[in-house]
Amino acid sequence: MSDTGLNNDDMFSGVPLHRQLGLTDEEHEAVVALLGRAPSDEELAMYAVMWSEHCSYKSSRTHLRRLPTEAPWVLVGPGEGAGVIDVGDGLAVAIRIESHNHPSAVEPYQGAATGVGGIIRDIFSMGARPIALMDPLRFGRLDDPRVRYLFEGVVAGISGYGNAVGVPTVGGEVMFDESYRDNPLVNVLCLGVLPQERMVLARAEGEGNLAVLLGAATGRDGIGGASVLASAGFEEGDDEKRPSVQVGDPFEEKKLIEACLALLEAGLAVGVQDLGAAGISCAASETAANAGAGMDLDVARVPRREPGMTPVEVLTSESQERMLAIVTPENLDEVIGLCDRWEIRSAVVGRVTDTGRFRVFNGTFDALGVAGSNPPPPGGEQALIPDSDRAPVADVPAGSLGDGPVYDRPLAPPADRDAVAADDPAPRLRAAPGTNDDCSNELLALLSIPDIADKSWVWHQYDHQLFLNTVVGPGHDAAVLRLEGTQRGLALSTDGNARFCRLDPRTGARLTVIEAARNVACTGAQARALVNCLNFGNPEHPEVMWQFSEVVDGMREACVALGIPVVGGNVSFYNESDGSDIDPTPVVGVVGVIEDLAEPPPQTALRPGVSIVVLGETAEETGGTQWARSHGLDGGRPPAADLGRAAALHDLLVDVVGRPDVVAVHDCSDGGLAVALAEMAITGGVGFTVDLDAVPVAAVGSAGADSGDAVPTGALCFAESASRVILGVEPSGVDEVLELAAGAGVPGALVGHTDATEGAARLVARRSGGGGFDVTLDAATEAWRRPIPDAVGADLAPRV
Amino acid sequence: MSTRVGVVVFPGTNCELDMVRSLGALGGDARTVWHGESDLGDLDAVVIPGGFAHGDYLRTGAIARFSPVMESVSAFAAAGGPVVGICNGFQVLTEAGLLPGALGKNEHLRFICRDVDLRVETTTTPLTHRAQVGSVLRIPVNHFEGNYVCDERTLAELRDQDRVVFRYVDNPNGSLDDIAGICSEGRNVVGLMPHPERASDAILGSADGVPLLESLLTPASVPA
Repeated sequence: MSDTGLNNDDMFSGVPLHRQLGLTDEEHEAVVALLGRAPSDEELAMYAVMWSEHCSYKSSRTHLRRLPTEAPWVLVGPGEGAGVIDVGDGLAVAIRIESHNHPSAVEPYQGAATGVGGIIRDIFSMGARPIALMDPLRFGRLDDPRVRYLFEGVVAGISGYGNAVGVPTVGGEVMFDESYRDNPLVNVLCLGVLPQERMVLARAEGEGNLAVLLGAATGRDGIGGASVLASAGFEEGDDEKRPSVQVGDPFEEKKLIEACLALLEAGLAVGVQDLGAAGISCAASETAANAGAGMDLDVARVPRREPGMTPVEVLTSESQERMLAIVTPENLDEVIGLCDRWEIRSAVVGRVTDTGRFRVFNGTFDALGVAGSNPPPPGGEQALIPDSDRAPVADVPAGSLGDGPVYDRPLAPPADRDAVAADDPAPRLRAAPGTNDDCSNELLALLSIPDIADKSWVWHQYDHQLFLNTVVGPGHDAAVLRLEGTQRGLALSTDGNARFCRLDPRTGARLTVIEAARNVACTGAQARALVNCLNFGNPEHPEVMWQFSEVVDGMREACVALGIPVVGGNVSFYNESDGSDIDPTPVVGVVGVIEDLAEPPPQTALRPGVSIVVLGETAEETGGTQWARSHGLDGGRPPAADLGRAAALHDLLVDVVGRPDVVAVHDCSDGGLAVALAEMAITGGVGFTVDLDAVPVAAVGSAGADSGDAVPTGALCFAESASRVILGVEPSGVDEVLELAAGAGVPGALVGHTDATEGAARLVARRSGGGGFDVTLDAATEAWRRPIPDAVGADLAPRV
Repeated sequence: MSTRVGVVVFPGTNCELDMVRSLGALGGDARTVWHGESDLGDLDAVVIPGGFAHGDYLRTGAIARFSPVMESVSAFAAAGGPVVGICNGFQVLTEAGLLPGALGKNEHLRFICRDVDLRVETTTTPLTHRAQVGSVLRIPVNHFEGNYVCDERTLAELRDQDRVVFRYVDNPNGSLDDIAGICSEGRNVVGLMPHPERASDAILGSADGVPLLESLLTPASVPA
């Protein structure tokens, strides 16, 4: 070991240092060329982490440029801490989504907890108060004990950190598939609200301004998290990666939120950035590069959690709950006073220069002209001795760290693509016994698939009510929050559908976007912005890069057609284990604005004595559906993603769901029409009778050929055709609702009604020639509510 | 003149703004009081709201009771002033010895955030004098440590002196005798796990907390 803490002696391992740190030989040569000399260990460590896939987006950047990012209401697009949109009345919303997949695979509680902490810092670093979290999660199958350990650990981590830090978790998703057995997906979205004048960007402007490090002391946790953990797949023996996982302290973060918002409210900071991946190297160099400035940093002035840390360790530590604020020297005393008031640590660690260079010193520069106003750094007086003649341990062009290589990696569709597409499950589902006459058992089986079953065991562990904004919480199509101080509301949904993306990533991505937008439209909101979290396998596999490129194209097409700008995103590659890539899993978050939120919008639950209206057409589209997969059929094509139909439906919903005679609304997706109807009955505690002959159908099936005869009963119940919604409508309002639908070009029909009263109920759907389903409400409720608590050995919560 | 309510904020408290907002909506004059302050001024009532005071490190409420403000709160309570602790605030009041018993971890060892039905057991407290005995209120709970425990003698006293203020209709956390809230011997200090401020507006799903908050804001709130 050298005194930098790095094992740079090839004698023992035979592996050059740059490769140990994750840089390729070509990348190492590029560093040498740009510096005109061999890098110091400190420099090499910084380039390794900043040029990692996780920090540099080197494989994805060339594709991401194709996404639409502009709209008149977009204030800040991709590339900053968070996207920011104008929501009227001088208010803005900041939103961002990130993955914390690999840390959660290694240590589920802390991995998930620090994912929550990191995304919250991204939001308040913009000047926004974080008011909502959402967690789209994916795990392997629940019959695997290790999967249950990961599942329970992740949920506990989100609950433990999110609740204590004081940001409500208002929704998310939980899905289970073998593809994620060793590599769960833990995505976290955070939304914040700010007065527009409080917005601040990560800019280190003004020569002589000071870089002040706020929050937790720096330890050895999370060193190399971005390069070692996030930018490589999993293999045997990966328990060794546990030290790369950070440890979260929600109490410190809560104080940091309040202190930073107070700082920005008082106008005391020129710029703010959180310390996330690549720690202080990234925060200090990026703020300088963003402003076209330079930065001198003294690592000796960084408060430490433990003695003996080397400059490399301080530079690359990913210790949590730290922020870097750029302040003018005149404001320093006030900033320190404010930090003292909130009981958080503050230390001047650097100074903005006009050199355009990022220089790192180790206790060798003076006290920045403000000696004495800063607690002495660990290392004692020696660190304060002016010694401007001594050389910096790193001296690089500030922009070069964030300006990593860009790769246009080879793309190739999977070899079995045509065979998979031709493997349409529809003929076999038609032929399977019991799938097309009496579908009752099929329905009960689908209700108990963990993807579809009730997730309240999960979200009852999340504080989803803090701040008194939650009008619609978890367990619905979209969460609805009131926007304090206005008549408006925000609707928020996260969605992903790897079942469709693995069959056809482009169509799957379109379906993902339109489902999220449809969920938001179900609340009466206009979709305003989208953020994406793109979870993929190894980008060095041409099939994975092809999936990625297709997904970006599909997402672009859907966003352009629906007029939704992409304001931010995150790419998570290397989700693989033992050489096997996960299914392509783009997850999106869509936020919409409800203009007048005087009353809660209609929700899933049906009530007695209402008519049931179906909007949108059902076709024999069974490829990738929960139904087909429950029969072990995983080929075929996904449902058609007609963007014009989606736009027409969403526009119609914005008009329809505000009507007082529309009392229930539910998106029709996983498990199709029958499952959506059952969920509406279960949550409303009421039975229904539906005439399946009345359901609007399309004659063309997923195979693209005329299916020749009517849609079979099973497909009518369980196909997952896009752009369908079920409404519960007061009988007197049905004609008008159907007229509005007809006027909007959306097929719609009255298909049935709920029982006149609650109790002793049945869920009944019939076809004239026989077939359909008939189950008791109790049986459906039991099938839907039991699976998750049963899997984790918990009691059912009482219904309230 | 509207009732002046101080809402105590420890580092890590997170329900203070909700309390100020919901009391304000009912005409109260609520303001936050930082835990380092020792002068409560001319307050009519004190609320210790929910959250995670000092991170709930060591044990819920265990560090908070040493904050300077708690001496003043104790003196305020000793003088008969109404003091209400909600959730983490209830935990702080038991740690500070202003209320008997303790709040242990939930029976099922998980955090729980959901609506519960709560039965009002007594109306001779500053938080319930505008409610009806036996009425059932739907109010959310949001806690990991809400499992009320005390010794047998204390339980007998609480029952005999009509000091159980609320009981759960369907016990969510294993609390002894379904206890959701209690009051002090002087009846002016009340602690409860559920959050009335989260049930303060019908658009949030329930306004059943309003009679409780109104009780606190009513000048005749000190019981006979």
